[in-house]
Amino acid sequence: MKEGGGGYRNLLAISSLDKDDVLSLLDSARSFAEVSTRSVKKVPALRGKTIVNLFMEPSTRTRMSFELAAKRLSADVVNFSSSTSSLSKGESLKDTAKTIVAMGVDAVVVRHGSAGAPLMLTDWVECSVINAGDGMHEHPTQALLDLFTIRERLGRLEGLKVAIVGDIDHSRVARSNIHALRKVGAEVVLVAPQSLLPRDIQRMDVAVAGTIDEVLGWCDVLYLLRIQLERVNESRFPSLREYTLLYGLTDARWSELDHKPMVMHPGPMNRGVEIDSSVADDVESVITGQVAAGVALRMAVLYDLLGGSHG
Amino acid sequence: MEFEARAQLLDADDIARVIRRVAHEILERNKGRDDIALVGVRTRGVFLARRLARTIEEIEGGSVYVGELDVSLYRDDVAIRRASNVGVTQIDFDVNDKKVVIVDDVLFTGRTTRAAMDAIMDFGRPAVIQLAVLIDRGHREVPIRADYVGKNLPTSGNEKVRVSLTEIDETDMVEVGEERER
Repeated sequence: MKEGGGGYRNLLAISSLDKDDVLSLLDSARSFAEVSTRSVKKVPALRGKTIVNLFMEPSTRTRMSFELAAKRLSADVVNFSSSTSSLSKGESLKDTAKTIVAMGVDAVVVRHGSAGAPLMLTDWVECSVINAGDGMHEHPTQALLDLFTIRERLGRLEGLKVAIVGDIDHSRVARSNIHALRKVGAEVVLVAPQSLLPRDIQRMDVAVAGTIDEVLGWCDVLYLLRIQLERVNESRFPSLREYTLLYGLTDARWSELDHKPMVMHPGPMNRGVEIDSSVADDVESVITGQVAAGVALRMAVLYDLLGGSHG
Repeated sequence: MEFEARAQLLDADDIARVIRRVAHEILERNKGRDDIALVGVRTRGVFLARRLARTIEEIEGGSVYVGELDVSLYRDDVAIRRASNVGVTQIDFDVNDKKVVIVDDVLFTGRTTRAAMDAIMDFGRPAVIQLAVLIDRGHREVPIRADYVGKNLPTSGNEKVRVSLTEIDETDMVEVGEERER
């Protein structure tokens, strides 16, 4: 994993990892998954370490998942949530960073509305930094846990055909998943209206399809992104009805499929928009599996960054 | 670092004899195979535990529990050594009231055994915990001793013992030698 300033190890983006980093994290997540099945769900690996969850944007799942992961490794956890209302974002983050330095913590898990905030933080704090989602940039642990879930279910990653459907441009989950899937040798097709595709798509080595019907029957994994309803009023977005018509996993489409793909969703789902309610019930188990995998994967990341010296 | 062997200590036949003897000792000490659970410490301890289990089953019939333990997360030296890949721990039986025998290839400082005991206690409360090792090379740093020893081997601190088992290596043997910079 990438060395940051001052020799601290960070996890900022999938794009800066290599294939071996990704695969070794997935392997060790498998060992950590076992810990959560014991009656005593705790190991002393990070005893004495302190981890700060610095969430400058609302989040329940990711924060809880990181908190549980840290606690199952016996680390101490401090939660720091802040609204960015009065101060400009840069200033408020820097002030917080100073506080964190003074507290002498070992790692900061940061979620921030601005892309690049975790990277900036590495200049200000003297500890490891883990990106828990920054703006429209990346959400590396989500992508890693998605890959983990896929590999556990389908037994491999290389050569798999994955379609990612939805608002790709605004999605850090999509961006991290694209990088991660390409690194491990999966084929990726993006399915979205032209207006919701990222501008740097040429550099991503992926194909594009115009509607969900073009990929159903082809893909092994269908990754549905959450449609952020507040974006529907933006000019780049078609109406909800049009979206469902062209990109929604409707009951009609699902029941016609002979070869049903593994369906994934970062949650929470908009039933009736990107996925019909009955289909959502069918595929619910994979999606709750993603949540359980999240704790194991984040344990692997924390242990990799904080367990052991790296001299 | 590369291992340079100076002498072979045990060959395949010797190891087979050790397994047989220790299997008998375990049965003798515990008055039969009831409630015995062999827990191998990754990596080679797991293979030794499986061999012991097979031998015990041949002697007494029935079956004994076998588990696998990775002690990386329980080590006391996480802060000073490089984090290695964590292997899977698999203990599919209830350890409560079992006679747990920890199986490892080499007993050296005793710290691995200490970590293994802590890990087992997190799974429950065994009736007893015993320790079986193929080689005891001395230099203990904590008050731990083995209940069953394949071979005692007084070594100097800079010597290394290498155990090879056919499950992952080419042959069955134990060698003593030194580690050298390549």
